[in-house]
Amino acid sequence: MKIIALIKQVPDTSIVLKINAETKDIQYQDIPWVINPYDEYAVEEGLQIKEKLGGSVTVISMGPDRVKDIIRNSLAMGADQGVHARDTVFDNSDAYSTASILSRAVGLLGFDIIICGKQGVDEGWGEVGPALAEILDIPAVSSILKLEISADKKSATATREVDEGLETVVVPLPALFTVQQGINKPRYASLPGIMKAKKKEIKVFNAAALSVSPDEVGKSASRIHMQKLSYPPARKKGRILEGDAKAVTKELLNLLRSEAKVI
Amino acid sequence: MDSGICVIAEHKSNSITDGTFEAISAGRSIAKQLNTGVALLVLGNGLSALSNTPSHSSADTVYLFDNPLLAQYTSDAYIRCLEPFIKQQKPSILFIPSTCLGRDLAPKLAARLKTAYMSDVSGIEISGREILLSRPVYGGRLVSTVTCIGEKPWVITLRPRAFEKGDTDSKNAKTENPAVNLSPEHIRTVIKGIEQTQKGLGLTEADIIISGGRGMKGPENFKMLENLAKILGGVVGASGAAVDAGWMPHSAQVGQTGKVVSPKLYIACGISGAPQHLAGMSTSKCIVAINKDPDAPIFQWADYGIVGDLFEVVPTLMEELKR
Repeated sequence: MKIIALIKQVPDTSIVLKINAETKDIQYQDIPWVINPYDEYAVEEGLQIKEKLGGSVTVISMGPDRVKDIIRNSLAMGADQGVHARDTVFDNSDAYSTASILSRAVGLLGFDIIICGKQGVDEGWGEVGPALAEILDIPAVSSILKLEISADKKSATATREVDEGLETVVVPLPALFTVQQGINKPRYASLPGIMKAKKKEIKVFNAAALSVSPDEVGKSASRIHMQKLSYPPARKKGRILEGDAKAVTKELLNLLRSEAKVI
Repeated sequence: MDSGICVIAEHKSNSITDGTFEAISAGRSIAKQLNTGVALLVLGNGLSALSNTPSHSSADTVYLFDNPLLAQYTSDAYIRCLEPFIKQQKPSILFIPSTCLGRDLAPKLAARLKTAYMSDVSGIEISGREILLSRPVYGGRLVSTVTCIGEKPWVITLRPRAFEKGDTDSKNAKTENPAVNLSPEHIRTVIKGIEQTQKGLGLTEADIIISGGRGMKGPENFKMLENLAKILGGVVGASGAAVDAGWMPHSAQVGQTGKVVSPKLYIACGISGAPQHLAGMSTSKCIVAINKDPDAPIFQWADYGIVGDLFEVVPTLMEELKR
């Protein structure tokens, strides 16, 4: 099985974000970067499929030099090969262009299964995976919590999250899956894994290698224009009720009924 | 043209969802300025059984795509129906509720049409000739305002509960039945079944959410929150800490890596208020925090806070509500 996991680097979710008004973006200085948590599940799922059925796991990430860290860490978890799509013309690409760039990379590598997180925890478009599947003309199953490959490796059964509960679907391979939290528990990189990862090669694909022309990607091709980044409106200062539990609970109910009018 | 804005309907148990009506009213709010109308596209099987008749929505035109192969949602079948329709009608904007269905369909449809896609929009404003769309980013910790450019239609999913529902019986819309050209080989994903884990409303649609955190002390105590939710007509959620401890399933998690919710009333029980959790619920209309620790960050976000033992407060709440 040729398994590909797509990974993205995002700012650590535990830090306080500040806005850079000039760039209409967050301030990037001294930010700790991590792998998008949903993509980490994708790497783990890829590794588990490989352990059951054999094959190889390739991780692909697009971005500047720093994304090597998450590629290296995925290699340390057990991925076989790392691919870094890197070119300055890729900068500020929208999600569709990103999917288009990735489609060339996966096309060169070949694949049976592509797995990625259901969305980034940064901008949260949730677009790259489904768009990539459309470009490749393969089915995509989103927000999955379980994945099983058939014995003949020609189809997969996936359980996905829908509003009412869990939906189980069967799709022919090759296919793309976006994974939801809860599908697995990502392993930590072992020390021997980390040592081995240092020797594994990270292939770099630039625009020329991927036959991407500069005018179809980057800011000029973007279908989305950023106008403003702001903090959500501050909440009005609330009221703290202290004292006897019974009395304050009664007071709370009165406030919810007559002041907030929510019950 | 009277279908410059098309809303793709979502319906469950023969009833069009609130999110759909919110999308219609969001469409209405900008249709006049754009000098166009709003069309509602309903896909399904046996649509005459819908209880809240789509023609009574405030859409100008309703298109019913009725076919047995649309009985269950698949992106393949939906796109197969919608692509030719869109290419013929040339709408400028497609609104889809940002639910599991919308977030599956919309990016695929936009990629097929090669047009702009914007997910989870919570605000729309017209400024001059531009449509400014705002959406929560970084799990709701920041708000980004963007415009779409290029080929249309722009495919936009709207965050449930971010827009008013509007009136639902204002007029009688024109109903059309476009031809549906579908056969089983067009659908690559075969649905084997749906296991209903969510009784009633899902977290993102619920009016009232009662969430528990580490202060719940164990999984058995969530039963108490279920009971309170039942009385209030709400749904139970959980913080990341409670989910990580294995007390509640991941599907119940509210936060940046979970569900982002904005109910009318959010009651946080024994939740300290880590940024990760606040990101998922800080746009709730009214926040109540019940926590023993007066310094818990959640109190800075709460409209009403009770510093006290939730094991005393929650039962009292139930008693008082039952009176």
